[in-house]
Amino acid sequence: MTVSRFRTIIYIVAAIVSLAGLADATYLSVQALTGETLGCGGSPDCFRVLGSPYARIGGIPVALFGLLAYFSAFSFATFAAFGYARARIFLIPTIGAMFLGTLWLLYVQAFLLHAYCRYCLFSAATTFLLAGLVIALPPGRDRAVS
Amino acid sequence: MKRYLPFVIVALVALATIGSGAMLYRAKRPHVLSIPENKILSAKGDAESPHIRGNPDAPVTLEEYGDFQCPPCGMFSAFLGQLEKEYDSRLRVVFRNFPLTMHEHAREAALAAEAAGLQGRFWEMHDVLYREQETWSKAPNVRELFESYAGTIGLDVDKFKKDMDGEQVKARVEADRQRGQSLGIQLTPTLFINNQPLDPKDKNPEGIRAEINAALQKKSQT
Repeated sequence: MTVSRFRTIIYIVAAIVSLAGLADATYLSVQALTGETLGCGGSPDCFRVLGSPYARIGGIPVALFGLLAYFSAFSFATFAAFGYARARIFLIPTIGAMFLGTLWLLYVQAFLLHAYCRYCLFSAATTFLLAGLVIALPPGRDRAVS
Repeated sequence: MKRYLPFVIVALVALATIGSGAMLYRAKRPHVLSIPENKILSAKGDAESPHIRGNPDAPVTLEEYGDFQCPPCGMFSAFLGQLEKEYDSRLRVVFRNFPLTMHEHAREAALAAEAAGLQGRFWEMHDVLYREQETWSKAPNVRELFESYAGTIGLDVDKFKKDMDGEQVKARVEADRQRGQSLGIQLTPTLFINNQPLDPKDKNPEGIRAEINAALQKKSQT
């Protein structure tokens, strides 16, 4: 397998993983927008996390930021898979920022709220996977699309 | 063609995300009805009336469908005390039981509150149950805890025990629950202000105060 082909496969896998994260973030965003996170009767166990003050930044649900981040990661990974060299320049810092954000949210759940939300943990897992894929990318320039 | 394919893919995913998000939003958005005319609470209580606290002639009624084991209901209970102090004679509060099946001890807690109500101490038990929610929610011996709360608030504990197993309190809890279901309630706490359902997104201190103030203003204009 050539380096170029391996890189393409990594980008495709990253795009697929981002889709999974996007689905998760979309669901959480809808929950936040319908107010389901502020009551019981919807998804169990998640109120303590999704209904906490940490679930919003400036009044905007964190899930919406996650949705934007996953969509961006998916878009950049898709373009990179098709050989758009600049997409990689944007993909790496996007996933880097998502990774740092995930670390913060895990800290909040573990040490501040002492509660976990399964959807947030799934999102953390997908972000860690994306970070791992980015680390696995062979160094060097992508072939520019002609 | 290959050059434009990623644009097409990203655009399709964007559309799919927006579309599925919109469909999910429509499906999950609560469709709670306003309380119909024939079910509006009268100013004065009668034998079948729910539990009311505050000025019976208050211009604004805040009606809550609550579950004693629901953490958001517990948080709301603490805030409710503040609201009652702030609005004083302008606000009366109504509580109706809506125990959710996902909460193991919720129904039993509702029965305990209704049993206390038969001795005229519903609100005292309501407050204790929410205040001690964290404790009894995880306890294996909730019944014993409820009996201890009954003793603490000055109830005849033997009568309380008997009433908890009686048909009257079960019927009362079931009547509240069915009423809530008929209004389309699925989440707790679900709040009504002057018979109009509060948007779940406004279920926060600022939102609730804004709605109460709006209701007060509307009443003063009529």
